[in-house]
Amino acid sequence: MNNTVFGLTMLVVGMGGTLVTLFIITLVINALSLFFPVRPDEEEKK
Amino acid sequence: MSEAILSALGALFEGVRFLFAHGGPNVIMISVACVMFWLAIAKGVEPLLLLPIAFGCLLVNLPLSEVMHADGVLKTLYDFGIGNELFPLLIFVGIGSMTDFTPLLANPRLLLFGAAGQVGIFVTLLLALWLGFSKEEAVSVAAIGACDGPTVIYVSNMFAGMDRIPTAMVGALAVAAYSYMALVPVIQPPIMRLLTTKKERAVKMPSPKGKVSKAALIAFPIVVTVITGIVAPKGLPLMGMIMLGNFIKVSGVAPRLASAAENEIANVSTLFLGLAIGGTMLGTQFLTRETLMVFGLGLVAIMIDTVGGILLGKIWYLLSGGKVNPLVGAAGISAYPMAARLVQSEGQRWNKHNYLLMHAMAANTGGQIGSVMAAAIMLSLLKGLGII
Repeated sequence: MNNTVFGLTMLVVGMGGTLVTLFIITLVINALSLFFPVRPDEEEKK
Repeated sequence: MSEAILSALGALFEGVRFLFAHGGPNVIMISVACVMFWLAIAKGVEPLLLLPIAFGCLLVNLPLSEVMHADGVLKTLYDFGIGNELFPLLIFVGIGSMTDFTPLLANPRLLLFGAAGQVGIFVTLLLALWLGFSKEEAVSVAAIGACDGPTVIYVSNMFAGMDRIPTAMVGALAVAAYSYMALVPVIQPPIMRLLTTKKERAVKMPSPKGKVSKAALIAFPIVVTVITGIVAPKGLPLMGMIMLGNFIKVSGVAPRLASAAENEIANVSTLFLGLAIGGTMLGTQFLTRETLMVFGLGLVAIMIDTVGGILLGKIWYLLSGGKVNPLVGAAGISAYPMAARLVQSEGQRWNKHNYLLMHAMAANTGGQIGSVMAAAIMLSLLKGLGII
């Protein structure tokens, strides 16, 4: 594999992979908020 | 008798003789060490790292120094904790313990700024390849765009261990990474002002309303570790250690471990890592054209990271009807919490009633996760392509 093809592959798949993975983590964080809502006693402390 | 005395005196002046005969590169590197001392002490530039790195650089460049020879003190430290990548990972445990992901969990969509802030890594990789660096060297140089010293050392040292890049390059990369991290307040503001209008910079963002439960904070590091392990297993040690440190802290049941991670473990690892990295900066190997190019490309990487974050911010500004301040995108890099504080001060410069800190902190912790994730994905891609 020549350097340009390698670089472009890393750019597209690497950047795309990072974006998609972080988007998945965003969804997971939203799910965590649904599964683990703030309890009333935590709310009072805040 | 007199001959013996003369020989003994001659031995004492061997170093001076060496300095005059072949000591040019050593003198230059000792000057570089002095500049690093000055930056760390007088200017406060990353003193925790620059002081030991500079001292290691001084030790290795003194004439006839044997500190990096087999069984030398710095070589022993190098083999003990850099050659096997232990020290960067231990520092990550400390970083994880020092990081508060609450703003990010309260406003998870800002994690996407942490992805945009990594674009510099991949663009710089391409640039480095075009400039003639080998694939492994280009990946190592590009890692400076992660804005994260331990990641740079972890990635580059992996290649140094395979003899794919010169060991001296690890030192150059580490110094470049830590220098530019410290220079973020100088590098970012002109780019922020160049790419945004006064109206955009003055956008006031309301405080995030989302609340975060302790259970969510505890589950978060476990979930991120599992996702990284599935998507990019080659980078699992990096993400695993940062999340371990955070997990210990948020669990709240092991304050001694959390304190040790933040203090003793992070401090001792930082000292030894700095010294050992400084030990790789031997003048005859360090003073090359490649080193200058490493510094140039490192600067480009961090500038492109900033551009990537701000451009995503501008797109978000348009899509949200002007409710998102594009400056927040500049915090999507790993320099924590410096980048977030910078966004806050820049935002207040254009609107005194603007409090962007919590949003910027969310983007900044997103940048930490993003940088490690980008490195993890990069390493896994290299494995997939049969390069490592």
